[in-house]
Amino acid sequence: MKRFVSIVAVLTVLLAIRSAQASDVPKVTIGSKAFPESWVLGEAMAELARPAALVEHRRNLGGTEVVWTALSSGRVDAYVEYTGTIAEVILKSETPLDLVTLRARLAARGVGVSEPLGFNDGYAIAVTRAFSERLGLRAISDLAHHPEVRAVFTHEFLGRKDGYPGLVARYGLDLRDVHGIQHELAYEALASGQADATEIYTTDPQIERLGLTLLEDDRNFFTRYEAVILYREDLRERAPSAFAAMMRLTGAIDERRMLRANALVAGGAESPERAAAWLLQDALGQERVGPSPARVALRAIAMATLRHLELVFVSLLAAVSVGVPLGILATRSRTLATLTLTTAGLFQTIPSLALLAFLIPVLGIGVGPALVALFLYGLLPIVRNTYAGLTGIAPALAEAAEALGLSFRARLFYVAIPLASPTIMAGIKTSAVITVGTATLAALVGAGGLGDAILEGIALRDTTRILEGAVPAAALALAVEWGFGQLDRLVVPRGLRLSD
Amino acid sequence: MVISLNEVSKTYGAKQVLARATLHVRKGQCLSLVGPSGCGKSTLLRVVLGLVVPDAGTVLVGGAHVGPDTAQAVRLRTGYVIQDGGLFPHLTARGNIVLVSERLGWGSVRIAERVAELFELAGLSPDLALRYPAELSGGQRQRVGIMRALMLDPDVLLMDEPLGALDPILRARMQRDLKALFLRLEKTVLLVTHDMNEAAFVADSIAIMRQGCVVQEGTFEELVRHPADAFVAEFIAAQGLSRTGSGAGA
Repeated sequence: MKRFVSIVAVLTVLLAIRSAQASDVPKVTIGSKAFPESWVLGEAMAELARPAALVEHRRNLGGTEVVWTALSSGRVDAYVEYTGTIAEVILKSETPLDLVTLRARLAARGVGVSEPLGFNDGYAIAVTRAFSERLGLRAISDLAHHPEVRAVFTHEFLGRKDGYPGLVARYGLDLRDVHGIQHELAYEALASGQADATEIYTTDPQIERLGLTLLEDDRNFFTRYEAVILYREDLRERAPSAFAAMMRLTGAIDERRMLRANALVAGGAESPERAAAWLLQDALGQERVGPSPARVALRAIAMATLRHLELVFVSLLAAVSVGVPLGILATRSRTLATLTLTTAGLFQTIPSLALLAFLIPVLGIGVGPALVALFLYGLLPIVRNTYAGLTGIAPALAEAAEALGLSFRARLFYVAIPLASPTIMAGIKTSAVITVGTATLAALVGAGGLGDAILEGIALRDTTRILEGAVPAAALALAVEWGFGQLDRLVVPRGLRLSD
Repeated sequence: MVISLNEVSKTYGAKQVLARATLHVRKGQCLSLVGPSGCGKSTLLRVVLGLVVPDAGTVLVGGAHVGPDTAQAVRLRTGYVIQDGGLFPHLTARGNIVLVSERLGWGSVRIAERVAELFELAGLSPDLALRYPAELSGGQRQRVGIMRALMLDPDVLLMDEPLGALDPILRARMQRDLKALFLRLEKTVLLVTHDMNEAAFVADSIAIMRQGCVVQEGTFEELVRHPADAFVAEFIAAQGLSRTGSGAGA
C-alpha cells in the first residue's frame, strides 16, 4: 500500500512539473477542424508563429461549433475559417455577408477577421477536361444548352437550397440525366466515363488528380467560402510578432496551391506538417529546416502517449477517489445503493460522443471535458465492484468483526475493505482498461492523446497514421493490465491470495 | 448473575425465533445451550452481544442493559467464538488475535506478552503466529479463534458451535482442552451446541431450548432423571448417554 501511494505521488509530481513549464514567451494556441485542409493551414500558421511564441496547435476540434466556441472562449487564439461558414453557422445569417459586414459583426465579439488567404473553398461544378473541350464548356450557363449532360450529385447537394435546386433556378438548367450518388463514388463515375459532371469543393485534390475542369460560376450563384484567419483581438498586443508572422499567409494561397497541399496529405502520403512546410515554401519561399519525418513521428507518438496517460491517470484517480467512497456509502442503505448504482450506470449508457457533446457547452473544449467524461465513464465499475465486494463479505466474518467490538471505522478499514480488495481492484482495473480505450475519443474535443492519430488516419485513409495511434493505445491497455497484476500484489493482502 | 435474559422475544417476518426466552448464567458458571437446529439458541447468543436486537424482554450483562449504546462496551468485555474460529483470512493468526487490542492502543510490549501467554494457554506453537488461516489446520484455526476471544481477558465467553467443523477425534481432544481451560480461567461461559454429550462433558449446567423457548435447565443428571416433558426426554434419549466425551464414541 505504501509503495502504491508513493507511485501515485511520483506521477502527480511529474504531471505538475510538466504543466509548470511556463515561460515569458507568449503562448499562442492555434485551432483546426477535423479535416486535412484545416490541419495544413493550422500547421502553417503554427509554423510561422513558432519563432515568436510558444505555439500549440490543437487539431481536430470537431466542426465549426466546437472550434468557434474554443475561439470565443479564449481557449484558442486563431484558426482558419471560411466566409460562407461564418455568415451561415456562426452569425446565423440567411444571406451571404461581405467581408466588411463580417468584420463589424465579429468585432463586437472580440474577434478579428484577416484579409482573405486567397482561395475559395466552395461548391463548384466539375466536368472532365475531355468532355469540356468536346462540348466547348466554360461556364455553368453553358450547361443550359446541353440537357444531355449526365450529372451525378451527392444527396446533400441535391437537397440543399444553395445546391442543385437553386442552381437550376438561377441558370435555367434542364438536365435530363441526374442521379444522387455517394461523394467518393462520383469521382469513380467521372473517371470511368459513366458521368460527365458533378459538384466538387474548389480545393479538392481530386481536381488535379482526375484532371477535372471547374465551370465558371458566371451568375455568382455559389456562396463564396473565402478562407480567412479568425483571431482574438487581444492576440495582436499579446503576441505581436507571432500575429504578424501568421498574417503573411493572407493573399498568399490560391486554389491551386491549396489543392496541391491537400493532395500531398490525401492518402497519407505526407504528414500535415510536411504539407504545411511545402505550402510555406511554395507560397512564401520560406525554407524550413525541421527534424526528419521519422523523428517528428516518434516524438509525436511519444507526446500523444504521454498525454493519453495523463488523461487516463487523472480521470482514473478521480474515479477511484469518488467511486470507492460512493460504493461504501451505497452499503449503508438500500435507497442509497439504488440511487448511486443507477446514476453511475446511467452515465455508462450515454454514448461517449454524446456525452462529450453535452459537456462542450458547459466545459468548453480540451482536457477539461475529456477528463470529466472519462471520469464519469470510469465511475460505474468502481462503484459497483466496491459495493459488490463489501456486500459480498461472508456474513459470519462481518458478524465476527462486529462481535469483537470493533468500531464502524475499524471494521471498514481493517476488515471490510481488505476483504473486498480483490473485487475493488478488479473494478478499478476494468475502469482503467475502459478509460484507455475511451480516451482515444478525447481527441474529438481537442484533448489530444492517441486519438488524434487514429482520427486523422481515418480521415486520410492512412493506415500507418491509424496504427501510430492504435498500436500505442493497445500497448497501453496491455501495460495497464500488467500493471494491475503487479498492483494486486501490493494492495490485496497475501492471506487472500492463498488457496485453502 | 453475569448474564440475565428475561422473557426475550424476537420475530423475523412471520417466524418467531425467540419466544419469551429466559436464561441466567452465574459468575464462573459454564452453561451449555442445547437444542435442535432452528430452536433459537444461536440467536439467543447474538442477543447477548447486541448483534440481534430483541423485540421484547430485557438483556443484562454484568448488571448493565445491552442496548444500541452499550453493545460496544459489552462486546469488548465478552469473548465470542464461532464455528471454525471465524478468522479473517487477510490477517495472520497473530493479526487476528491482536486486531482489537491494537485498535484500542495497547503498547507493543503488552501485546507481545499477552500473545505469548495465549499461545502457551492454547497449547499452540508460537511458530504458527505468522501463518494465515488458510495455512492452518481446522483445530489450529479453532484455537486461534479462542485466543482472539481471550485476548482482552474478558469476563464472559460466548461460544457458538465452536467445535462444529472438527472431525470426531480432534473434537474429543478439543472438548477436554476446553474443559481444562474453563476450569483454569474461571470465566463465565455460555456454550451453544447441538451435541448433548459435548454439553454434558464440558458444562456445569445445561439449558434445553425448543421453538425459541428455554424449556428446562439443570445438570445432566437432573435432566436425565427428571425431564420436564416428553420433548426433553426424547432429545436426551436420541443422543445416547455417554458422559465421557463426544457422541461420536471417542
